[in-house]
Amino acid sequence: MIKLFKVKEKQREIAENANGRAPVKKQSAGELRLHKDISELNLPKSTTIAFPNGKDDLMNFEVTIRPDEGYYQGGMFVFTFSVSPIYPHEAPKVKCKTKVYHPNIDLEGNVCLNILREDWKPVLNINTIVYGLHHLFTEPNHEDPLNHEAATVLRENPKQFESNVRRAMTGGYVNQTYFTRCIC
Amino acid sequence: MAESAGRWRDLDKLLLRPGNIVSPNFEPGPELRDDLQTYARVLVVGAGGLGCELLKDLALSGFRNIDVIDMDRIEVTNLNRQFLFRLQDVGKPKAEVAAMRVMERVSGVNIVPHFCRIEDKELDFYSDFTIIALGLDSIEARSYINAVACSFLEYDSDDNPLEESIKPMVDGGTEGFKGHARVILPGKTPCFECTIWLFPPQVKFPLCTLAETPRTAAHCIEYAHLIKWDEVHSGKSFDADDPEHMQWVFSEAVKRAELFGIPGVTYSLTQGVVKNIIPAIASTNAIISAACALEALKIMTGCSKTLSNYLTYNGLEGLHTKVTEFVREKDCLVCGPGVLLELDTSVTLQKFIELIGEHPKLLLSKPSITYRGKTLYMQAPPVLEEMTRSNLILPLYDLMDKVSKDVIHVNGMTSKNDAKQSCLLKLRIVFKGIDGMTDMDMASGA
Ligand SMILES: [Zn+2]
Repeated sequence: MIKLFKVKEKQREIAENANGRAPVKKQSAGELRLHKDISELNLPKSTTIAFPNGKDDLMNFEVTIRPDEGYYQGGMFVFTFSVSPIYPHEAPKVKCKTKVYHPNIDLEGNVCLNILREDWKPVLNINTIVYGLHHLFTEPNHEDPLNHEAATVLRENPKQFESNVRRAMTGGYVNQTYFTRCIC
Repeated sequence: MAESAGRWRDLDKLLLRPGNIVSPNFEPGPELRDDLQTYARVLVVGAGGLGCELLKDLALSGFRNIDVIDMDRIEVTNLNRQFLFRLQDVGKPKAEVAAMRVMERVSGVNIVPHFCRIEDKELDFYSDFTIIALGLDSIEARSYINAVACSFLEYDSDDNPLEESIKPMVDGGTEGFKGHARVILPGKTPCFECTIWLFPPQVKFPLCTLAETPRTAAHCIEYAHLIKWDEVHSGKSFDADDPEHMQWVFSEAVKRAELFGIPGVTYSLTQGVVKNIIPAIASTNAIISAACALEALKIMTGCSKTLSNYLTYNGLEGLHTKVTEFVREKDCLVCGPGVLLELDTSVTLQKFIELIGEHPKLLLSKPSITYRGKTLYMQAPPVLEEMTRSNLILPLYDLMDKVSKDVIHVNGMTSKNDAKQSCLLKLRIVFKGIDGMTDMDMASGA
């Protein structure tokens, strides 16, 4: 091996400036796989995706979900996705940007969805996550609470829960917390 | 400085004598040690537990031109195993102190420290080294260096790797009593990406468990790190390398643990959980680094056959060690040859899409195309199709910054045996008539 480098080194000394190639960006394997996921997206109806940093940064994007049934019908919820260079070895980081009254999403936007953490597998993809998020709005569940108070109301008084969700979505206070309007 | 006559006696025993289990290109002789000391340039990535050992081992094995790169500063908790550091070094850059200490002890060796992130360096920086030794504890960093090393790899027109383009790597890793040492010769042995499944995914606790029903010290720490931090510091992101941030998470975790009557939250556990680090053991680091340094010497001089290609060591419950010969992923996007395509510089992106649709090896329909982080064309979603549509009428040569040859990636649908399936491919594009490049040049080499 070293002989090769010896020769190469000598060549390099001679042709030092000959190869003035501009520094180039490398592309991680995670980025490549994500490109594939994105180009094959098959989003649920009325769900949209946006790339705030333009077409050359697909690793950070926003998905807007507009549930068409259930407690959250008529609302509009924005999720930010941040994808690691070792995707899909690691799940994307997903946060809810819209403040929402929801048993499985806390007021800071953390989301309790199993496939985002303990049940993530490299065979899953962005589409699976978007469907998972969509499902959280049609079937909120009180068994995996992140917003403890909302989970309790859902379990004990679904009618009250429904009216709390409405109040939050139209913009207003639920207990001590203010929610901004997110009806589209 | 005059050297004592016996200084390289042991090394010379390896380099002066012929043997049977040597590399095919081994040419024993006194020149070999001179060449090793003059022409071999090693980059050590990481100056932590493994990095300190690697630097010492490489310097004592006859390597003279060594660089070390690490972005961390020395912490008190490092001192038990990162033996090049002293109490008065706490707070100083690891790379700088490690380089200085080894140079003080081993005469004639020159170690250049780089106190920065691996991503801060240009490709040219990495291209200067003859071999890269990795002493890292993260998958991301390994994956990054692997991609860099593989980016120098070139293939001839028969898809054989060009020997002089191979950037060898030796990679060490330890977790407590366990460790691995491996040799990566891109194009010949599996690269890091070929075998990424060897790394177990990080354990992630459900957020609702952290929020509602913590049962362990780790749950309390992750609660403080993932939930409480955001609640208190709205908008400010957590930085695992900032000791103040780590201290905050630790004290919140202690409060949480008291509330639920859970024992065992300590500062070092907090660091371990947040950074996903398993406690390191000095002797495991020493064993793994020794194996890596020896492989580096073997690769460079050919004085013995190299490890083929993955050694695992387990010092728990007795001692188990084993070498496994993993195989390359032939379609690996990072180290594989990809499909070679020769094009005219006038071919537009639109025309290129038609060409890969008709190419018998590809038959790729509905392709989306990327080039080194630039999205050239996306079939979907509509928002990206719209943003990239204007590229279709441009020559691919222009979109690839007018380089004579390079790699691009495409994904789309391919029809193999009448069944459509989605795939992601690497293509080696060569433009005809650039830099006097001809078919003949492509076929030569190796
Ligand atoms: Zn590979």
